[in-house]
Amino acid sequence: MDKETILDWYRQMVLIRRFEQRCSELYQAGKIGGFLHLYIGQEAVAVGSINAKQENDHVITAYRDHGHALVIGSDTNAVMAEMLGKSTGVSKGKGGSMHLADVERRFWGGHAVVGAHLSLATGIALAEQYQGTDAAVLCYFGDGATNIGYFHESLNLSGVWDLPVLWICENNQYGMGTAVERHTAATNIMQKASGYDIPAAQVDGMDVFAVHEATQKALAAIRNGEGPQFLEIMTYRFEGHSMGDPLRYRTKEEVEKWREDDPIGILERHILAENLASKDELEAIDTAVETHLDEAVNFAESSPLPAPEELFTDIYVEN
Amino acid sequence: MARITMRQALTDALREEMHRDERVFIMGEEVGVWGGTYAVTRGFYDEFGPRRVRDTPISEMVIGGAAVGAAMAGLRPIAEFMTINFAFVAFDAIINHAAKMRYMFGGQMRVPLVLRAPGGGGRQLGATHSHTPDVIFAHFPGLKVVSPSTPYDAKGMLKAAIRTDDPVLFIEHATLYQVRGEVPEGDYVVPIGVSDVKREGTDVTIVAYAQGLQVALAAAEKLAKEGIEAEVVDLRTLRPLDMAPVLKSFQKTFKAVVVEEGHRSYGIGAEIAARIQEEGFDYLDAPIKRVAQEEAPLPYSRELEQSALINVDKVIAAVKEIV
Repeated sequence: MDKETILDWYRQMVLIRRFEQRCSELYQAGKIGGFLHLYIGQEAVAVGSINAKQENDHVITAYRDHGHALVIGSDTNAVMAEMLGKSTGVSKGKGGSMHLADVERRFWGGHAVVGAHLSLATGIALAEQYQGTDAAVLCYFGDGATNIGYFHESLNLSGVWDLPVLWICENNQYGMGTAVERHTAATNIMQKASGYDIPAAQVDGMDVFAVHEATQKALAAIRNGEGPQFLEIMTYRFEGHSMGDPLRYRTKEEVEKWREDDPIGILERHILAENLASKDELEAIDTAVETHLDEAVNFAESSPLPAPEELFTDIYVEN
Repeated sequence: MARITMRQALTDALREEMHRDERVFIMGEEVGVWGGTYAVTRGFYDEFGPRRVRDTPISEMVIGGAAVGAAMAGLRPIAEFMTINFAFVAFDAIINHAAKMRYMFGGQMRVPLVLRAPGGGGRQLGATHSHTPDVIFAHFPGLKVVSPSTPYDAKGMLKAAIRTDDPVLFIEHATLYQVRGEVPEGDYVVPIGVSDVKREGTDVTIVAYAQGLQVALAAAEKLAKEGIEAEVVDLRTLRPLDMAPVLKSFQKTFKAVVVEEGHRSYGIGAEIAARIQEEGFDYLDAPIKRVAQEEAPLPYSRELEQSALINVDKVIAAVKEIV
């Protein structure tokens, strides 16, 4: 892994974290509405895995989607504008935080019904297989999604049809406020994949290198004709499920313990230990990210609201 | 022009579109090796192979959702629900996903998808297998909902559904598969969203679709013998709804009866009656009557089931109340 790559991953992880801190402020200021689910703590998952994909691969995820959108390379200005419900947003202000997508980059959202998008991923993978390409689908979901019918039907069909899909469970230990051991009978979630004869591995989600390596390996297996693969990536969200979460279901001590494994901190320590960059150089990256975000917030705040007639556009292709 | 069954018309439409466009494929329960539970895709598995005629497990959620995903990614899936009753299991895929995908992402996606589903009562299948829930699906913007009443329309509208870039729920009333009608050779399309006058008359407008249309036509023939000339308008598409031929007819007859197989409450009849009074109030000469399914689940026992369903006598009685 070359130095530039590692520093760019660091930049991407900081971008996600700082972007979401801005979102949190904008939410509290009443400028972002609806639900807001922060990805803080899980940054190494999106950064490690999406950077392991090839250009024609697809990405689809659930409603905790800001990180995936930013790593895919969606325009930060347009992502921030979507948060504020502006016409310049990635989804023209019609989707909001939970419905970011960038179809040009093969990022299909941003889906808010738990587990449903696993079925969409199944279909996207089918389209690639049908057309005989070598593209795969990276489909992200939480531990809570492994209990819904969509999960089981999608894994099963991907196995029956040998579809090129990588199932990525971001196990952040809670389905909303219900801990894994309270919401699922098989708490070792990767075991569920074996029910559909899908090879699975468990990965440390706080280690961006481990995530990257595991994703590369799984994608290689898919492209080698070994069918769908499954990763359970162990991670933790440092903030609540969404803004306004009373956090009654976990202790401060538990959160503090996980924060010691902050994925950005781990990467920072690695960079310094390996002399890939100095503390000053990392701070310069942080500062550049803040400047980039100042611009994004300004862009979003100064962008126009959707025109009234937009209410009735995009319902059908052919009216 | 050949007289063929609606089943044959649907089969011909599917086969011709499969030959026309490589992106079109079929997926669903028993569509392949079995040949389709209503035999609409009989022979397709041998003709097109397992890549394009795909048997699925009994998994309606992923049948619906994967069809949406495949459509988003450039294919033109035809997903079949064995019956519309099972589409309830896929309601989220149909309504939250097929119908909302384009809008929610600001027009980035298109979902050129056909969901075929046989439906309807009258076959002693019991309460869970006899629904006519068309209106529920027609409630939501983003989905197109069609249900033809004749072989000619069935073939032309299925082709239109396959060719449109929007998601279409294509409801086939199972008792119509054996109905015969004239269908020309070769390619033609019947547009979605256009209602059609199936019988001209001057005394009353009967609005119907699907199996209800056949009941309405039979009633109109009997009424004609008594000197009452009914005009019968076939909605064909429930969303987007084309009211123009209904209103035009009503402005001539001043009276209307709406016939639908679904339950009366909150139904098609309620919608049509509301639209007539909103848009044609000055022409209203009598209450608008509704002939619909009784407010009870459909039972197994034959006579009891039939008593809950629409029939020619009920339509005639409704007409005579206002003419």
